Amino acid sequence: MQKSDGSTDWTLRITPSRSAFDLHLKDIWLYRDLLWLIVRRDFVSFYKQTVLGPLWFFIQPIFTTIIYVVIFSNLAKISTNGAPPAIFYMVGTVAWTYFSDCLTKTSTVFRDNVSIFGKVYFPRLIMPLSIICSNLIKFGVQFLLFIVLLVYYSFQERVHINTYALLFPVVILLMAILGLGIGLIITALTTKYRDLAFIVTFGMQLLMYATPVIYPLSAAPAKYRAIIALNPMSGLIETFRYGFLGTGNFYPGAFTYSVFASVILLLLGLIVFNKVEKDFVDKI
Amino acid sequence: MSDIVIHAENISKAYQLGDFGTGTLSRDIERWWAMARGKEDPFLKIGESNDRTTQGSSDVVWSLKDINFEIQRGDAVGIIGRNGAGKSTLLKLLSRVTVPTTGEIKVKGRIASLLEVGTGFHPELTGRENIFLNGAILGMRKAEIKKQFDNIVAFAGVERYIDTPVKRYSSGMYVRLAFAVAAHLESEILIVDEVLAVGDAEFQKKCLGKMGEVSKGQGRTVLFVSHNMGMISQLCNKSLLLKNGELGNYDTTRNVVAAYLASDKSQEFNRLYFELDERKMIGQITAFWICNDQNIVVDKVTFDQSIRIGYKLLVKQYIPGLQIGIGLQDKVQNRISTFIKPILLSEGDQIKGMVTLPGGIIAPNTYNFVIALWNRNGEVYDIIDNVGSVTIVDNGTEQALYEGTEYGSVILNATWE
Repeated sequence: MQKSDGSTDWTLRITPSRSAFDLHLKDIWLYRDLLWLIVRRDFVSFYKQTVLGPLWFFIQPIFTTIIYVVIFSNLAKISTNGAPPAIFYMVGTVAWTYFSDCLTKTSTVFRDNVSIFGKVYFPRLIMPLSIICSNLIKFGVQFLLFIVLLVYYSFQERVHINTYALLFPVVILLMAILGLGIGLIITALTTKYRDLAFIVTFGMQLLMYATPVIYPLSAAPAKYRAIIALNPMSGLIETFRYGFLGTGNFYPGAFTYSVFASVILLLLGLIVFNKVEKDFVDKI
Repeated sequence: MSDIVIHAENISKAYQLGDFGTGTLSRDIERWWAMARGKEDPFLKIGESNDRTTQGSSDVVWSLKDINFEIQRGDAVGIIGRNGAGKSTLLKLLSRVTVPTTGEIKVKGRIASLLEVGTGFHPELTGRENIFLNGAILGMRKAEIKKQFDNIVAFAGVERYIDTPVKRYSSGMYVRLAFAVAAHLESEILIVDEVLAVGDAEFQKKCLGKMGEVSKGQGRTVLFVSHNMGMISQLCNKSLLLKNGELGNYDTTRNVVAAYLASDKSQEFNRLYFELDERKMIGQITAFWICNDQNIVVDKVTFDQSIRIGYKLLVKQYIPGLQIGIGLQDKVQNRISTFIKPILLSEGDQIKGMVTLPGGIIAPNTYNFVIALWNRNGEVYDIIDNVGSVTIVDNGTEQALYEGTEYGSVILNATWE
């Protein structure tokens, strides 16, 4: 029965460890139907047995925008660089929510799915990817709301859409990559150190204030500007807003930095996730 | 080229006992330090076999230890062992839920594992939606599910409810639908944990039939864990016995089931010695034991094994017509059968004897005995009631599905016309 180890007809080898860079991308491709079905499940189960159904996707950004307009624009009188406050905050909220949802949901992916991961194998990365896609749908729906507002203000000539708006798909992709990358790192670490899960919840709230969401980067005091620019989200939100509203600036340096930071964090996240996924069910 | 589809080589799995929370950081650092110096993991060195009844000295336990086996294509292999023997761990390794601590498993073909029914079922989704979702989780492509969809629905018998959310299903319907999805997977290897226990007898029979069809008819490989020896015997041609994480036996199901039953610890209840009693003037029974056809003292035998009962007598004063009688009785002390043998003077005063009850007749159930020394006129000199206990375990009779329920005391090969 002895066979040489060089035989190639085994389709699968289950071993204690494997290369950190073997990301099973082929497996993920084989399971692409599952990815789609999970996205569909999340979407359908979101509005099942609700009266307003998918309308709920609109309610959150509308109310957030109204409250921001009242508090930050009317009461605190924070500059919006001349843009109408409603659309200024709408861009910020919708974009930030996408990034933040991607990150927080990804960061609990092991914990939330331990019962299913403990019973059946499929490429674990399918779950975080489905979170990114589900949120992208939600973002798309909310983006429609933003477009309505954009058209309205364009007719009034209070916003000036320009060619940088074409960077928008890239910006969305980078936000997804960034949220996924950081989320993967955190979920891998929370299997052992639960404390991180608590940090994420309030950390994201604090991080929003360290990102030019409710204020333009140009309005930040010069001594803090460098720190804010260290946040890879800053360059992305600024670019996004500049393209659609024509206010603020496009910072090529900050944007390039965001691109590199996102890609590096994603790669790091994939490697860490890949290392932890193989036996995390024993440890959680 | 051999036809081996699973080849496991020296696989071991260590688990850490106790609390994970405190000290993990310091322990991690210690571990990294050891690895960095190229030494062994300090927390894996002191392993011991997984006997949960004894307190170990280390908090790392080997749930599986140095397991080697090969499984041929088309085999249906039962995995047998007591609770904690490592069955579930082995299935988890094979279904890639976790990885072994050491060793390697090589597999040929796609594995579908059913460690739980309805993994990933979402209560809000309809039966139809859940079939697709669950099928995809188990590794099917959408097109494959579509092709099998009608078969799945028909097998589960839920046509009427297919567009109703599964949260409105009865638990039986839920389980039927979940098993139906898994049973229609087109994988080369099917792994099934003890999931069939949840359905009713009719459905269990259907599942067993389906699994038998998968292994015998379609030449696919099935691995099956169950505590029901009847089901294992019906379905599996080979079995693998795990004992405290080690491979005990890997042979034909018949032999492995017998070995498993003989390995039970409580068997010593079935070897009894009785103290001498002055008041018993004529004679007395001094020992009693029950063993299987290999003369191993047991408390369980398979249906087709014979039961051997041994006894020792001390005859103090010989009386003509002296005889020994052993009665077989069921749990509620209904006498099933009685065996009598006259004792001859020539046998002396120290008598050791055995009586063999043929296998394949007494119905699977638990029985005990009564043994007596008496004479033909009905005068009893010594009697021990409710002695010993033996469970006859089904290993593949027609009635295996009804194991545990009362279906009589004997199984006769009746002829139907």
